Amino acid sequence: MEEAKPKLKIAIYWASSCGGCCVSVLDVHEKLFDIIAAADIVFWPIAMDIKYADVEEMADDFIDITLFNGAIRNSENEHMAKLLRRKSRILVAYGSCAHLGGIPGLANFSSKEDLFRRVYEESESVINPGNIVPQTKFEAAEGLLTIPSFYEDVRSLSQVVDVDYMIPGCPPQSERLIDVFVSIVSGAELPPKGSVIGSGTKAQCDECTRHKTENKKIRKLYRPWEIIDDGLTCFMEQGLLCMGPATRAGCGYRCIKGNAPCRGCYGPPMNITDPGAKMMSAVAGIIDEKEPEEISRILEDIPDPAGLFYRFSLPVSLIRRKVL
Amino acid sequence: MEFRPQIIAFLCNWCSYTGADLAGTSRMVYKSNIRSIRVMCSGRIEITFVLNAFLKGADGVLLCGCHPGDCHYQEGNYRCLRRYLLLQKYITQMGIESERLKLEWISASEGKQFADLVNSFTESIAELGPSKVKKTMTLSTENK
Repeated sequence: MEEAKPKLKIAIYWASSCGGCCVSVLDVHEKLFDIIAAADIVFWPIAMDIKYADVEEMADDFIDITLFNGAIRNSENEHMAKLLRRKSRILVAYGSCAHLGGIPGLANFSSKEDLFRRVYEESESVINPGNIVPQTKFEAAEGLLTIPSFYEDVRSLSQVVDVDYMIPGCPPQSERLIDVFVSIVSGAELPPKGSVIGSGTKAQCDECTRHKTENKKIRKLYRPWEIIDDGLTCFMEQGLLCMGPATRAGCGYRCIKGNAPCRGCYGPPMNITDPGAKMMSAVAGIIDEKEPEEISRILEDIPDPAGLFYRFSLPVSLIRRKVL
Repeated sequence: MEFRPQIIAFLCNWCSYTGADLAGTSRMVYKSNIRSIRVMCSGRIEITFVLNAFLKGADGVLLCGCHPGDCHYQEGNYRCLRRYLLLQKYITQMGIESERLKLEWISASEGKQFADLVNSFTESIAELGPSKVKKTMTLSTENK
């Protein structure tokens, strides 16, 4: 009798994230039964009651694949990143936050001090007469209480530990996750380490079916609510900023199909390090004006270029935080 | 120790680099803080070039191209101008002083203007003091 193939051991962890990535795993719907048939989920805080101590007791490389979502914001995130790196054969940065820093990475526009002041002192809904801010240690009657310490910067997973693969997206498309999973289970040859998987290599524009012309000329930029999109023409040609030119394909251009410009969650295409810089070049390329004053007036339509062009990628970009 | 700014200049092949060359062959004396990089056209200056210069410790970045209407490739200098204006908005948001990045048009015959520009730009950067970009980015990779 043939011996049953040992099941894969999978872990899914969230660091600084919203939980959407974990939900995207559930979005495989009934395919989850196929996954469970081929794999045991050994650690998944959103769904299962397994403690950190249980993970610590696992042998090194015990877990076959860890899908790590979320950015590294505090010492707990970093501890778990290092722990899961040690316990996993393959560590995957799953989703925009682990891959690029993601939305939590926008905190790099502020310092830790600014954030604490805003949250614990200035926020309109906060009443904090004693200006109490969390301390990492507190001597209580019952003993010493500790909480994780908050870092100055948000970092992506690969800025903290060695990462084998990246699956981009906010959240990643569930279909892509199944593709990746099937290829691992089927024993197909894995892509080279460091690859971005579950996605394409070219830009969104390569897949997008909207009507495009070579000669884009824009004299006014619009926010999405300022214009009625015709549903057919390239957003950029209508004056709507779409991150498509600087964003990796592979999501099935789902936002664009839903008549919303791409926001850039899949990160830069292959061999591009700084998507925001590429996007700025693209925008500068299509503005149809030569007079500096007029160009500046057109650019006033982009009130927050840094936030717009680096929405998901600030911690991994060249200037990865505001200069203090 | 006296602060000696490090300035990276991207000069287009057809006008500005030739202008800088003229300053040299005319034996004009100007501040030696500048490191010139020749590019074929100011339209070739990618935004990442400028950001990398700051990241690697430049205190100021100077972009020079042909005067409007004079570009060897017709449109490159306008592209540079539009990138520059967008880049100015971006670096200001990132906490980099806008004075650290400058765009000027220098023709092949403007050796004197080039020398004056380098002197005045170097002085304005010296007044601003050292750039904090490199230091901040180095610190932010360290564990805090």
